[in-house]
Amino acid sequence: MVFQVGSGSTAGPGAASRRAGPAAVGGVLELLRHPLLHVVVRRLLLAVPLLFVVSALSFVLVSLTPGDAAHEILGANAPPSAYDNLRHELGLDLPLYEQYSRWIRHAVSGDLGASLFTGEKVTHAIDARLPVTLSLIGLSLAIVFVVGVGLGVLSAVRGGAVGRFVDALSLIGFALPTFWLGLILIVVFAVNLRWFPAVGYVPLAESPSKWIRSLFLPVLALGIHSLAGIAKQTREAMLDALASEYVRMARANGVSARSILFRHALKNAAIRVVTVLGVLTVSLLGGTVIVETVFALPGLGGLAVSNKIQHDLPMVQGIAVYFSVIVVVVNLVVDVAYTWLDPRVRTH
Amino acid sequence: MTDAALLLDVRGLTVEYDVGRHIAPLRAVDGVSLTVAARETVGLVGESGSGKSTIGRAILGLAPIKEGNISFAGVDITHAGHRERRRLSADLQVIFQDPYSSLNPTRTIGQTLGETLRVHGETGRGEVAHRVAAMLERVGLPADAAGRYPAHFSGGQRQRIAIARALMARPRLVICDEPVSALDLSVQAQVLNLLRELQDELQLSYLFIAHDLAVVRHLSHRIIVLYRGRVMEQGEAAVVYARPAHPYTQILLEAAPLPDPDAQRRRRLRRSNRRANAAIADAENGCPFAPRCPFAIEICRSVRPRLETTSSGSLVACHRWREVHDQTEPTDTGAVTGSRS
Amino acid sequence: MSATEVAFAPVSDDPAGAVTEAPRFLRRLLRKPIAVACLAYLAVVVGVAIVAPFVLPDVAGEQAGDLLAVRQGPSWNHLLGTDTLGRDVLDRLLVGSRVTMVGVAEALFVVLALGVPLGLAAGFFGGRVDRVVGWLADLAFSMPAIIIILVVLSVFPQSMLAGMVTLGVLAAPGLMRVVRSATLPVREELYIAAARVSGLSRTYIIGRHVLPRIAGAVIVQASLLSAAALLVQSGLAFLNLLVAPPAPSWGGMIADAATAIVLQPWLIWPPGVAIALTILAFGLLGDAVRDATTERWSAPVRRKKQRRAPSAASAAVRETTHAQALLSIDGLTVAFPSPAGRIRVIEDVSFQIGAGETVGLVGESGCGKTVTAMAILGLVPGNGEIEAGRVVFDSRELVGLAERELSRVRGKEIALISQEPMISLNPVFRIGWQLAEAVQRHHGVSRRAARARARELLRQVRLPQPEIVARRYPHQLSGGMAQRVAIARALAGEPRLLIADEPTTALDVTVQAEILDLLRELQREQKMAILLVTHDWGVVADICDRAVVMYAGQIVERAASLPIFRQPLHPYTEALLASNPQHAPEDRLLPTIPGMVPKPGVWPTGCHFHPRCTYATAACRQRPILLEQPAADRETRCIHYDRLLATR
Repeated sequence: MVFQVGSGSTAGPGAASRRAGPAAVGGVLELLRHPLLHVVVRRLLLAVPLLFVVSALSFVLVSLTPGDAAHEILGANAPPSAYDNLRHELGLDLPLYEQYSRWIRHAVSGDLGASLFTGEKVTHAIDARLPVTLSLIGLSLAIVFVVGVGLGVLSAVRGGAVGRFVDALSLIGFALPTFWLGLILIVVFAVNLRWFPAVGYVPLAESPSKWIRSLFLPVLALGIHSLAGIAKQTREAMLDALASEYVRMARANGVSARSILFRHALKNAAIRVVTVLGVLTVSLLGGTVIVETVFALPGLGGLAVSNKIQHDLPMVQGIAVYFSVIVVVVNLVVDVAYTWLDPRVRTH
Repeated sequence: MTDAALLLDVRGLTVEYDVGRHIAPLRAVDGVSLTVAARETVGLVGESGSGKSTIGRAILGLAPIKEGNISFAGVDITHAGHRERRRLSADLQVIFQDPYSSLNPTRTIGQTLGETLRVHGETGRGEVAHRVAAMLERVGLPADAAGRYPAHFSGGQRQRIAIARALMARPRLVICDEPVSALDLSVQAQVLNLLRELQDELQLSYLFIAHDLAVVRHLSHRIIVLYRGRVMEQGEAAVVYARPAHPYTQILLEAAPLPDPDAQRRRRLRRSNRRANAAIADAENGCPFAPRCPFAIEICRSVRPRLETTSSGSLVACHRWREVHDQTEPTDTGAVTGSRS
Repeated sequence: MSATEVAFAPVSDDPAGAVTEAPRFLRRLLRKPIAVACLAYLAVVVGVAIVAPFVLPDVAGEQAGDLLAVRQGPSWNHLLGTDTLGRDVLDRLLVGSRVTMVGVAEALFVVLALGVPLGLAAGFFGGRVDRVVGWLADLAFSMPAIIIILVVLSVFPQSMLAGMVTLGVLAAPGLMRVVRSATLPVREELYIAAARVSGLSRTYIIGRHVLPRIAGAVIVQASLLSAAALLVQSGLAFLNLLVAPPAPSWGGMIADAATAIVLQPWLIWPPGVAIALTILAFGLLGDAVRDATTERWSAPVRRKKQRRAPSAASAAVRETTHAQALLSIDGLTVAFPSPAGRIRVIEDVSFQIGAGETVGLVGESGCGKTVTAMAILGLVPGNGEIEAGRVVFDSRELVGLAERELSRVRGKEIALISQEPMISLNPVFRIGWQLAEAVQRHHGVSRRAARARARELLRQVRLPQPEIVARRYPHQLSGGMAQRVAIARALAGEPRLLIADEPTTALDVTVQAEILDLLRELQREQKMAILLVTHDWGVVADICDRAVVMYAGQIVERAASLPIFRQPLHPYTEALLASNPQHAPEDRLLPTIPGMVPKPGVWPTGCHFHPRCTYATAACRQRPILLEQPAADRETRCIHYDRLLATR
């Protein structure tokens, strides 16, 4: 997310356009030069090296892990030849870069290999667990965004009691560790009050209401921290916008209070808030690991924590790739939103 | 004036800035030459985009020089490294426009002024403090100001501090980059007087950069008028002011409103008689002022005018300067004109 | 993990802070009770972290405690109870603080060591360095940090150092970005340029000039980062990845407590509260540091209180009333609250504007002219309030009017343009949209009609190619064009009075002349009155019918424009006109006014100008001076005006 604000100045309608494209092909070229498309393409292009780096990095790291997959699988008492055979079978005796290029070749065609231990196809294993993690993150993002921004705007506008409430909420949310909050929620709402299940996940297809119920506490635990942060960011962004010169002038020239708030100030504040969202997702991904562990949700995060104990290279790679893709997609959306909101960024 | 007496000699200076990957670089200064002699004040006048500040910055080593060279006291300083700059700063100093930005708010006045001395090897604490106090008094500030922070002082006072800082090293040439533009009128007068007194006392030269012709004229021996990075007119201050030979100089003079309703009304009438010929579009090769020039003709679009000498001794870059020169009546300034030599 | 990145989003446009002075910053910080409390708490925690393992050397290796007294609640023997293996919770909490704080310190160290230099380099040197660093930061931001950390921890099992260093490396780009955006404005500061002129090396400049300036922002981020690191550290310890049992750590203690959560819910509280409090302390400290370094409007945005009902005007001489005065200001006084009580910024201001007239409100900075202009519209900045006086527009009292009523007057009857046209338009909306909005607001027409009218307005302000301009954004315009657009918007409601607050000050002189011409023409066409706030006497001479001169919050002279220039009747006006370089003889020094303008709150008793006045006598400082009327349509707040007449 390198946001370069362009100088973007043209002296006036008379200034010669130094980038005048050929008129005939103008239509297509115009579309191609559209700033939003630019952003999408650039972000996608950036994604490729990113995936390379992430997968290579985790590849190298896992292979540095002390111990050895063959030992894990066969135990300690097998004859030495068995280890060598297994290693050869699994391709673990090849040099690193060859293993990696093999993996890459398969990955590009959609085959992420199979677990060294269970033999289950990686894509299969992950796809089974993906909906859980996506539900968790998706719901959390949605709630954090909607409620957080709403609270932030409200407290910027109202001040007074609501403002203090948002401040207090921000403080609390900021300070509570996710896992601790999760445990407390379990104790209070699941164990004592029995409103929600303590652990377990119900897929959406099976029963929407139960799905929500099974995710309610985890989303709360995951989201409070970020919600507080977003509320605070939104509030400060709104306050800054409301203190700006253009708002002062709009007010002085009779623009209605409602328009000032929900059009003039909000759009400017949104720019700042949107940039935070991309960063937020990365941190939410980290939080899912914890939350899935605490609430025993069968998602990718729980898989990640359990896997790292073993040397299941393809699984680790697979998870790393999936996580990266999620981040890339979110960053893409953020970039597009940012470019759409802020015209100053478009002129490069 | 022999070359030996020239303190500053700028020849063919061109400064370009990169603005983007697919856009042609911005040419802020285009082939400007000027000189400053000892004890002389040269005024550099222009509006935004004229390149006047950029010239000052280039001389100080703060702008990327594409072509041309700059010599100070006979030594070429065009590409001076920071060690040379350190030596040079004993003779060449600067006063900037913004009094709020030109002093480090986290350091006391004494520290800021003392730093200049320390750069030149003066490290004795007592001596430094003594000279700082002396300079503060000279610029009209109490000696105890040395222990305070910039936030304590008003804009005018900060500008005096900036002057003090520039003069700590006893320079020979001071680049004044719009030193009074950010000040109120009454404060401006005080600072201008101070600059003038110091020039007489310390035998300084100034390269005085400003957008206000009246201010420049008051202080300068010679004036250079810039537009879009090029010299339009150049000559003795009184002459340029009273009898401009370039249409832009004329427009510049007449645009500034006079604090005298009758005179201003007359000036306005004269101005309204000169509307630009909007047919001439912005052209790469011709005179940069052509699109706005009431005197523009066909040749102005295609051929860049060279600097020619007028009958009154000024240099002017205009194809039609003779008609302009003859047409101008002595400008109605309401002031006593005399030549400052 | 959550707070890390959220913390990095810069909150204000000026992360470096406006005026930061080193010792005053510390003092300011310590004056806040919150900051002191946080610092004290953190000092205690650090102290415990250092001392506890020495005082309680056995705890770290304690495999099990009193197995007969497991999972007990608080009691006299065990103040915070016992854990699942009978060990004393308080002891473990105290000893566990060390590993926790060490982890935070490790991560923090790495982040600072990487983020600060890289950020400084990127911000200061720009160009290729900036691009490379930026690309690296992008990469790091897009990586799923948790995966990397987990994998690293599997390479180095139970190594907190490895985990925290990895966290530090992954979090450094965030700090780098903040440091970079804090460095960018500092790099542009002129004292940096002055330092370069003096030949100081770049490392010196970065170290001695830039770094202290951004120190505030760095400290804020360091606090927030510590909070985030603590969060991550305890989370990883919770997953039993960082600390080999039986060594205690706060996160590990929560994991332990989780296994017994149904049997003894109390156990999750002590370590959780410890973590939460410490994170809170870091966070609040960061906030306090931020407040101490930046000069922000501390006044929260609140609804403007109902303005006081108009009070009786003071016994000043009323200006010769024209029966049809469009705007009549009478005894206006505005004050601001301050720690030292209410401070007046303008006092007893009275003047009138007739329909179609142009009145110049002239004075230097700090005289109160802008406050006066804004008070007319009920928009006194900040916490200021109208203490007394009346503002009557078209026979209607504006002071005390409800906000909604006033909002209808603004733009429709009285409009405003200000000094900085580039920032007075909303940067994210097109010009046409903003104009159409104004038209719709004031005339209630359809969107299409409003757009057409917007283009019409652009034509009215003599902008060529209005259709193209309407599609542009403000940042694509030049200063002069932007000011024309601002004028167009002001005209949208067809106001009868236009308040122009220094409309040409920020423009080039040739553009200024064009804008003044435009204003004059528009005034003729629209039959609009103009209140022109300015410090430039040339502008007054060019366009104003009448002039009102202000000094230190008061009106000192009022008259038609020509007579003031010919014969000023107040020493300030006289001195001000004389100090104009336009008038000055070349070979003599400019006449100046000694001294400085007094700030509000320290106005001299009697005449505000007397300490600087050449005509002053003892009578001038004894009592407040009232406006006198020496001749028809001439008023002055000077008791010695006759001496000014004599000197001409």
